[in-house]
Amino acid sequence: MEQTPLWEVFVRARRGLSHTHVGSLHAPDAELALHNARDLYTRRQEGVSIWVVPAGAITASSPDEKDAFFDPAADKVYRHPTFYEVPDGVAHL
Amino acid sequence: MYGNDFSAPDDATGGGLLGEVEAAEAELRAAAARQRRGGPAPDEDLATYFTAVVDAEQKIEPRDWMPDAYRKTLIRQIAQHAHSEIIGMQPEGNWISRAPSLKRKAILLAKVQDEAGHGLYLYAAAETLGISRDELVRLLLDGRQKYSSIFNYPTLTWADMGAIGWLVDGAAIVNQVPLCRCSYGPYARAMIRVCKEESFHQRQGYEILHTLAHGTPAQQAMAQDAVDRWWYPSLAMFGPPDGNSTHSAQSMAWKIKRFSNDDLRQRFVDMCVQQAEVLGLRIPDEDLRWNEERQAYDYTQPDYDELMRVISGDGPCNRERMARRRAAHAEGAWVREAATAYAAKRAGQKEKVAA
Repeated sequence: MEQTPLWEVFVRARRGLSHTHVGSLHAPDAELALHNARDLYTRRQEGVSIWVVPAGAITASSPDEKDAFFDPAADKVYRHPTFYEVPDGVAHL
Repeated sequence: MYGNDFSAPDDATGGGLLGEVEAAEAELRAAAARQRRGGPAPDEDLATYFTAVVDAEQKIEPRDWMPDAYRKTLIRQIAQHAHSEIIGMQPEGNWISRAPSLKRKAILLAKVQDEAGHGLYLYAAAETLGISRDELVRLLLDGRQKYSSIFNYPTLTWADMGAIGWLVDGAAIVNQVPLCRCSYGPYARAMIRVCKEESFHQRQGYEILHTLAHGTPAQQAMAQDAVDRWWYPSLAMFGPPDGNSTHSAQSMAWKIKRFSNDDLRQRFVDMCVQQAEVLGLRIPDEDLRWNEERQAYDYTQPDYDELMRVISGDGPCNRERMARRRAAHAEGAWVREAATAYAAKRAGQKEKVAA
């Protein structure tokens, strides 16, 4: 028998928080994945909402490319407000 | 259940082991927040890079380069751990139908369900290392990967549910709390989850023993008998003495393991002595006494020859446990097949609608 697909599970802990990745599981389809995720990852009321995403549908950046991928942002300190000097006496800026 | 608001009971912040789990979790977040070096430099040796990440208490993640032996060691250890959770459902499952009250039955059911959940968290962590679930299940069923030897002992009385919770789960927690700080990210995160849930297991076991130990003389005798039978096998759970432990040194260097077998065993003994006093039960060791110089208890070592015999397949219940697992897997085949067929049928229907 072919292996059942792998799903990544995301749980929203409380209203107002984002869904956070908690782990993965196998299930033949999305509906069963959702039910299994409920049983596996929320036995103690850990969440108010669950997402399941086919693991194969996730495209991940590679750690080898981390520098090339994220470095361009490193020397752009001018994107932060703290880069700019505020003259004395100026309020509410 | 999207949009439903209900409040989860806030877990009281525990001291002791639970406090250590929380500390490990905080440390994991702190390490992640620290300035981290990027990927390896183009001309940098990958092994040097790997060592630098581990030494800096950073986590290795699934797509990072890692030595083959590190990967193999983790697969072996996490798989063995997952198998132990799955086989570990059997000794306690044995008593679900005979629990002395509805409350005890509900608690025991929840605990055995947790063990299944822990097995699944751990299988998922092992799969991030590039081994499939089917392969892992196959390795267990073929007897090519082991599970903890403790589950090859029988559960003869209800008091064994108490002794397993207090001693077996207690030893497991002492072993597992340091794993929350393991260098491999998915394993460390799974262990944090597992350890938080395990603390209920240990407390419910302790409560069972406490109730029995303060009951009728027959109940007291049953509680003592359970402790007498489970004490030494629980000590053996920490593995062979440091001198004979094959995997220890390398695992310590890789920060998979944080303390030696003997250190953890000592820690467990020191914790249990006072807990046994409160229970009013005797630890079956005539030579157990406080050593002022070492600031620790002297105790009798478990029989390591017996441990080796049980690991190699000759324990009281090895054959029974494996036969039960193989039968459960075979008898569950139709459920897996039906679920897959149903998913395929529904996918077919959707395509028709789309076309």
